[in-house]
Amino acid sequence: MRVLAVCGMGLGSSLVLKMNIEKIMEQEGIPGSVEVKDLSSIMGEQADYIFASEEIGAKIEHPAEVISVKNMTDKNEIKEKVLAAYKKL
Amino acid sequence: MALINFIVYEILNEPAVLVGLMTFLGLALMRKPVSKVISGTLKSILGFVILGAGANVLVGSLNNLGPMIQDAFNIQGVIPTNEAIVALAQQTFGSETAMIMGFGFIANLIIARLTPLKYIFLTGHHIFFMAALLSAVLGTAGITGAPLIIVGAVILGFVMVLFPALAEPFMKKITGGSDVALGHFGTTGYVAAGLVGKVVGDPEDSTEDIEVPQSLSFLKESVLSTTLTMIIIFFVVSLIAGRDIYSEYSGGKSIFMFSLMQGITFAAGVNIILTGVRMIIGEIVPAFQGIGEKLVPDAKPALDCPITFTYAPNAVIIGFLFSFLGGLVSMFLLGPLGLALIIPGMVPHFFTGATAGVFGNATGGKKGAMLGAFVNGVLISFLPALLLPVLGSLGFANTTFGDADFGVVGIIIGYIAKLFA
Repeated sequence: MRVLAVCGMGLGSSLVLKMNIEKIMEQEGIPGSVEVKDLSSIMGEQADYIFASEEIGAKIEHPAEVISVKNMTDKNEIKEKVLAAYKKL
Repeated sequence: MALINFIVYEILNEPAVLVGLMTFLGLALMRKPVSKVISGTLKSILGFVILGAGANVLVGSLNNLGPMIQDAFNIQGVIPTNEAIVALAQQTFGSETAMIMGFGFIANLIIARLTPLKYIFLTGHHIFFMAALLSAVLGTAGITGAPLIIVGAVILGFVMVLFPALAEPFMKKITGGSDVALGHFGTTGYVAAGLVGKVVGDPEDSTEDIEVPQSLSFLKESVLSTTLTMIIIFFVVSLIAGRDIYSEYSGGKSIFMFSLMQGITFAAGVNIILTGVRMIIGEIVPAFQGIGEKLVPDAKPALDCPITFTYAPNAVIIGFLFSFLGGLVSMFLLGPLGLALIIPGMVPHFFTGATAGVFGNATGGKKGAMLGAFVNGVLISFLPALLLPVLGSLGFANTTFGDADFGVVGIIIGYIAKLFA
């Protein structure tokens, strides 16, 4: 599963998101990678899913499915969404 | 002897490799697989070289704007842009910055482990910027070698727990007591906004009860907002300077094409630098966080300022507008006071103004958000102007550090260091 974690600068909240998603993928034995990107440079990127905050997520237009996260630091919410996404794949 | 010479004169003098070494240590300590250690180390070295290339692009545009303002107004014009000043600082203080950052991480962990200030500062680019500021300020004061790195790292580790601790009472109010702290070096502005809010307003009269158009949220896309601001700044400065002055710099091009291309070149430089910073930070921070979780399991992660935005989206927009207003008002006050002209940039006012708005709203509702963010805007204009003298030759670069804490820390440390040096 190839995931992009996206925020305005590609440095702050997206990095937090990346670390949380990576940890969950490791725990659950999900193969794949998570990369950090900023909003301006995702268009040419290939991915299965894009994770972002709700406000950023609303602005993304991309062939991959965009998954919005309400609370960037809520590990349970992120875990649920990562597992659901992996099942759909 | 040959080996020691190689280490001291070749490795320690090559900041890119030094950054790679720090990443290597972090990843190896976390016992990551060999492939991950190699790719992480190489990526952070690449990132550092990319950062330097971006600085060259950006300087091309900055070296037109600064002298043009000088010719037109007879005053030093400065656009605070963290990425720009840090990339420039790497040309002189690259090795020092890398070492201070590496040992600063360790200082943060030790302080969090031993004292009640249990925060682990995870906003990597701000750690990098603060390390660059400290090496420039201490270096300018005449401190060199091991003392520079030790003093710098201890101060860095200390401010990495101090500022999250200062923001904590307000963060509890904003988030309703969750387990995340704020790790951002604009905290002086946010605390000021929170205190102003307490005095002027009522938290019940919240910004979130009004309708605010969210159309300004495109500013969050920092590459775009930098481009737009810089085109406008070039255009306005050229217009005021007049044809005689701007044609000297435009090489005969019209004011429209000149402003457009210079603004875009500046933003392209910032974007290249950010790409480099992302490659460095994206490898170092996860390693640091992993070590932190093992050594200080009860510590709170201190995270970047946009984590506060979801708690009061209206205050974000109001905060940006009033902070920018504070920046504009200050711009007209700085000249008569004999200080450098600080041109308000969109990116610092958006991120720190928005956060100040959220803080002001938490203690003083609408009035708190407006006045608090305004005060933040004034602070991030006057602090950079007062910071310039302690930056030495970097103070003449036409750009400087943007966020409030860089100013506060730089000014305090700069003047103390001068007493000892």
